[in-house]
Order: sequence, then C-alpha cells, then structure tokens
Amino acid sequence: MFEQHIGKCSNKVKNIVERGAVKKFAEAIGDPHPIFIDEETGKKSRYQRNIAPPTFPRVFDFGVIDGLNLPKKGLIHGEQVFHYVRPLIVGEEIFCWLKVEDYVEKTGKSGKMGFLVLKGFGEDPTGEIIFTSKQTIIITEAVRKEMIV
Amino acid sequence: MNSLSDLQEGKSLQVIQLKPVSRLDLIKYAGASGDYNPIHTIDEEARKAGLPGIIAHGMWTMGNLAKLFTPYYHEGFVKDYSVRFIGKVFLNDVITLKATLKEKFDQQYRFDVAAVNQHDSEVVKGEVIFSKY
Repeated sequence: MFEQHIGKCSNKVKNIVERGAVKKFAEAIGDPHPIFIDEETGKKSRYQRNIAPPTFPRVFDFGVIDGLNLPKKGLIHGEQVFHYVRPLIVGEEIFCWLKVEDYVEKTGKSGKMGFLVLKGFGEDPTGEIIFTSKQTIIITEAVRKEMIV
Repeated sequence: MNSLSDLQEGKSLQVIQLKPVSRLDLIKYAGASGDYNPIHTIDEEARKAGLPGIIAHGMWTMGNLAKLFTPYYHEGFVKDYSVRFIGKVFLNDVITLKATLKEKFDQQYRFDVAAVNQHDSEVVKGEVIFSKY
C-alpha cells in the first residue's frame, strides 16, 4: 500500500546539534560522558569540540514526504542502521532528509505484514554527507486494516 | 582497559548491567528524543495496543547499548551501527549490554553487540564497526 511512494524524498531541513539537546539525550540514554557534555573535555579532545552519541539523529527533523501518511499508532520499529563518516560535532548545522527506499509485503503467522524502509541523510553546509540512517518499520495487518477504514 | 588495541578477537568489552527499567527512564527518553508514542509512557495506551504494559523505545535500548564504546572515542568512532529489535523491554526489566570483538581489519574493529534481559533473551542484537584513527 506504500509502493507508490518508493523513491520519494522529503524536503531538506536544517538542524543544529544543540549543546542542551545533546546533554539531555546523553543523560536519557544513561551515557553522560564528558566527551558529550563537558566543554573543557571537548576542547582537549581530538575533535576540539564535544561530539554527539551515534543514535542522536533520533532528535533531528527529517522533513515531510509528500503524500506518505503513516498511522500514528501501532507501528513497530524492526531495524535501525547508522553509518557515519565522522561523529556529529556539537554546535554544527546538519541538513537532514528522508527517502522511501523500499516497501514490501510478506505473509507471516499474523497475516500480511508491510515492511517500509526509510533512508535518512545528514549533510554539512558544504553538502558533504556526514551520516546516513536506515529505519525499517513494520506495519501489521491490524494497523493496515485500520488505515483503510 | 584504555585502548581497544589491547582487545583480542573473540574477547568482550566489560559488560554493563542497567538498573531496572523505570517509567521515568522512558519519560526522559521521550522528552529527549521527541518520541512521544504513548505506548512507552502510558499504561492505558499500551494496553489498548494489546501490550501487557508500557514498553521501552527500541531506540532507548539502542542508545544505551552504544555506551559500551563511549570510553574509546579518543581513538576512533562508531562508523557503522546496525541492530534488529527482536524483543520487547518492559518496566523493571534488567538489561545487560554486551559487545564481542569478532574481527579486526585495517583499523576497523567489528563487534557483535546485544542487549539481553534478565531471562537471558536478546532484545536488541546487531553489529558495530568501530573505526580507529
């Protein structure tokens, strides 16, 4: 039911790797390491700034894909991938967008399941890709039925 | 251990056992991540979704799991991090974080990583490639 969206991209959105957001995020994953939150440690590090944890892009706004209306409830996060060229640096601007990479349906024990793969991109202001992400969302038969109704 | 260079293939990083999962942990993650799906914080919503109670955000567990590598950012970074969410994490579950070095090649250290609950079931399973400078 999402096949027609394959290949579509969202608009690019400017995000800032905000110091306060990184601190809050690091604390929320139980990892308040000085490399993420202490300015002095950041300055003395090889990065010369603080960095963000690898799952931090969860915080970013990746824009909206025209026409792709996902149900608000009942989605299952099946898989998640991050690929980095280098860590995210606190204070930098990252431009993010999403692409619908794939959609397939498979019939299993609990009926027909949909697998939606969204690829995320984050690039710096010069257009260099810093990270990519891939999220596989599982849409169960029950959720699909509710959408049609 | 201060350097990953000392780690032999087949050996593991020091495991980390988390405190029992609390509602406040998940409320904090919801606020920090912006993921306010109520099945992670509100019992009634979790039950409406057919769950016995609230469950942790998969990304909360994935985020926690990455901290096994945080002590080594002076010598490299997490280049690739991929996981599958294979089990649910409920309130009061005790999660243990594990990483085992599978191979080293060209300064790339490939680890199998997993988050395991108190029943010894894997809830998150995947791979990290830590790239050394």
